[in-house]
Amino acid sequence: MRRVGSIALHTFKESVRDKVLYNLIVFALLLIGAAILFGSISVGVERIILVNLGLSSIALFGLLMAIFIGIGLVWKEIERRTIFVMLSKPVRRAEFIVGKFLGLFLTLTVNTAIMTVGFYAALFYQQRNLGTDDLLALQAIYFILLQLGLVVAVALFFSCISTPILSAVFTLCLFVIGNFLSDIRWFGQETGSAAMETLTAVIYYLLPNFGDFNVITRVAHGLPVPSYLLIGNTLYAVLYVTIVLSAAILIFEEREFR
Amino acid sequence: MKAGVLAVSGKRRVHLVCWALLVAGFVGIVPLQQRIDEELRSAGMFADVLYFPSGPWLRRASLGHEGLLADIYWTRVVQYFGRQRLERATQFELLGPLLRITTELDPHLVIAYRFGAIFLAERPPRGAGRPEEALQLLRRGIVANPDYWRLWQDLGFIYYWDLKDYESAARVFQAGSERPGAMVWMKVLAATVSAEGGAIQNSRLLWSEIYRQAENDQIRQRAREQLAALKAQEDLQNLDRLLAEFQERQGRRATSFQELVAAKLLRGMPVDPSGTPYRVGADGRAKLSSKSRIDLRLFQ
Amino acid sequence: MFRDPHAARPQLFQELRTPTMFAVETIDLTKDYRVGFFRKRRKRALDGLNLQVEAGEVFGLLGPNGAGKTTTLKILLGLIFPTLGTARILGKDLGDVSVRARIGYLPENPYFYVHLTAQEFLNYVAELFGLTKDERKRRVGQLLERVGLETSRDVPLGKFSKGMVQRVGIAQALINDPQLIFLDEPMSGLDPLGRREVRDLILELRKQGKTVFFSTHILPDAETLCNRVAILNHGRLQGCGDLRDILQLGVASTEIVLEHPAPELLAELESKCDSVVATGDRVRLVVSKEADVAWVVKHILHAEVKLVSLNPVKTSLEDFFLTKVGTDQAPQAEHGAAPGKPGGGR
Repeated sequence: MRRVGSIALHTFKESVRDKVLYNLIVFALLLIGAAILFGSISVGVERIILVNLGLSSIALFGLLMAIFIGIGLVWKEIERRTIFVMLSKPVRRAEFIVGKFLGLFLTLTVNTAIMTVGFYAALFYQQRNLGTDDLLALQAIYFILLQLGLVVAVALFFSCISTPILSAVFTLCLFVIGNFLSDIRWFGQETGSAAMETLTAVIYYLLPNFGDFNVITRVAHGLPVPSYLLIGNTLYAVLYVTIVLSAAILIFEEREFR
Repeated sequence: MKAGVLAVSGKRRVHLVCWALLVAGFVGIVPLQQRIDEELRSAGMFADVLYFPSGPWLRRASLGHEGLLADIYWTRVVQYFGRQRLERATQFELLGPLLRITTELDPHLVIAYRFGAIFLAERPPRGAGRPEEALQLLRRGIVANPDYWRLWQDLGFIYYWDLKDYESAARVFQAGSERPGAMVWMKVLAATVSAEGGAIQNSRLLWSEIYRQAENDQIRQRAREQLAALKAQEDLQNLDRLLAEFQERQGRRATSFQELVAAKLLRGMPVDPSGTPYRVGADGRAKLSSKSRIDLRLFQ
Repeated sequence: MFRDPHAARPQLFQELRTPTMFAVETIDLTKDYRVGFFRKRRKRALDGLNLQVEAGEVFGLLGPNGAGKTTTLKILLGLIFPTLGTARILGKDLGDVSVRARIGYLPENPYFYVHLTAQEFLNYVAELFGLTKDERKRRVGQLLERVGLETSRDVPLGKFSKGMVQRVGIAQALINDPQLIFLDEPMSGLDPLGRREVRDLILELRKQGKTVFFSTHILPDAETLCNRVAILNHGRLQGCGDLRDILQLGVASTEIVLEHPAPELLAELESKCDSVVATGDRVRLVVSKEADVAWVVKHILHAEVKLVSLNPVKTSLEDFFLTKVGTDQAPQAEHGAAPGKPGGGR
């Protein structure tokens, strides 16, 4: 799969040369820095505020990046007709999609890593040292990254069938719904109607469940993330990304580039 | 048709693989999600309760829709609390933060203070067993809604019921009774609590007020159980008195309430509020039947 | 290895029973596009195209805009799928990705990643072909030199002119040293010098024994380069054959330009001329019969009018276009750069 690697690496190069990305990173780092200030004007909860706000910033700006670079990805290649050249090379369309996804995920990983370094720098500045307790935040960041992988796969999927604006709207909607899935399920069970219950259960399993990835508060209070959740969420992300990419490939294979 | 066969055999293989992965993905994801849900429930963790951990932050992020968000959070509180109770879980660690966020989002959502405080204050497994946090919550509520006298009632209730601090309770009831629109019984309560402390009639008054105002099934159920337990406790005290009287008259212990009925001390077999007959214990004192649904541990 | 492509369809191509491997072969290739947003209608862009291109040929696909040239190329490259029929490239069915290792493709009006330099882009393309690092370096250097971009190798493609982009496009099409090269309007956007370079390049490829399949709507390009041409209009094959055969069909005409001719002279000449067009001081005469040319020239010289130019025009291919196509759409015989083509010649 050397070709997938080439496409991934090239996609990475392409996206890191995008200026929007730097702006977002700078904003995220500013917000993390501001968390130190927020913390210092309250009493007793400096660390909690920093962890909460810092991790939330990483999650939020990661989300923005994932959507920004995810949606334009395939669409831009089609719009600018670079896809003609790509697909006339010995590259399968499936390889193209998988390569694009991996490249984007690599971009997000690197960006998250940069923000993580910023976060720990802020934490070190505040506490003057870093303990093993602080490593807990890495678990939350890992979940954020998994979540970003899901978002980017979803954005890529929509990018195969729609324009960037619509893709962004769809992806964002799915992200919000995905956070409320357990409420939707609960609502279905509360209505007591079998049809509603079945419908909400189908939605529950069909749409990406982002809710289980939110552990920032736990981590902020120094509670570790249980290992079954670490394993379960990793598996979930891998499975769901596989599903979304398969669907994207199925659509992409049928697509004509006029 | 003719085009298909020759032209797309490679494509067809990709299709097959993709469909297989798609189906396999969902076949894997359903049990995985169920497993995660199960583990989360058994660990008493309700992972996605808190979307964002800070109320003020969320308030700004909601771009003016914080009232709606507060309602969502309040729903989550009820749901979270209900689930934890249902699962007999003893951890309610997220209850405090949830309530804090809810009331930070909408400081005038009094129901969140009122019943949130009860959830928080009650001892496990019925609640989080954190009366101090409940007091804080109510005090914040009073600051935000100074004219709402019911919050004083609830504050006094926590002192009275959970902390057994009758002096503070009486003081709070007194202060509350001076708020505009406060019911007269608040004044009475202040006096009796101050004089008698934790007498049964005071408890009954407080719980029946809660029962009357409950807008939520969990609270209403809780108050009903509590009132039943109070009634049973009162019954047991009365029955003990009758048993003592019987012993004084007959010179021996009664072994059942039939003997009391025969001695015309009782008009019929006494039953507890759940409809189960009381029994006489080996120590000669009135007891709840083992089949009774009344839970006296509520007082412990 | 090689299966007789006609075994399964004996009703077709009875004359092609010999198992010759064509570089490109299309069989009843048909493409319908759906147009319209609410009520989808079908528009036939390509209608039962049958072509055979032999190895080592320079094959021209000619036709006016919208004739189906680009559609044909895109089907062959797997960018769109035929509605009916099929095609084989180097003996492989459509959809066989492996064959693309042996072909090159220059899309019409190409556009590449603006953030990459010419060198980076070519290197990326070479990676997709699985070339080793040394091979890549050698090949990229070679091609940059060949298309005359060695001094701009580190300039981002976003800063390239249209002509430079076209050159990069040609370089990327040749990166894998392909046996078969598809060029969609390779001369468009190039200045006269660039056009000559591309012509030389195609001739050089022919010399190396490569097969070149290119589309154009500019006749002189086809005239200079092609062994054989196919002419398309409205998705249908109008004619296909040896260029020389088609050339013999036409009759050459002569174009004569005069300065300040007397009106009496023009009136006299008019009977022998196909057309008389005055532009300012000059008058352009077209004489189609070769026998009349001497008569016309004699009269002009006799009238002592200044003769500006006299050109025999080989419009044979244009004539072919006109007779075959002209009723529907006039061919474009301009020699300059291709104008913008809305709709992209589908």
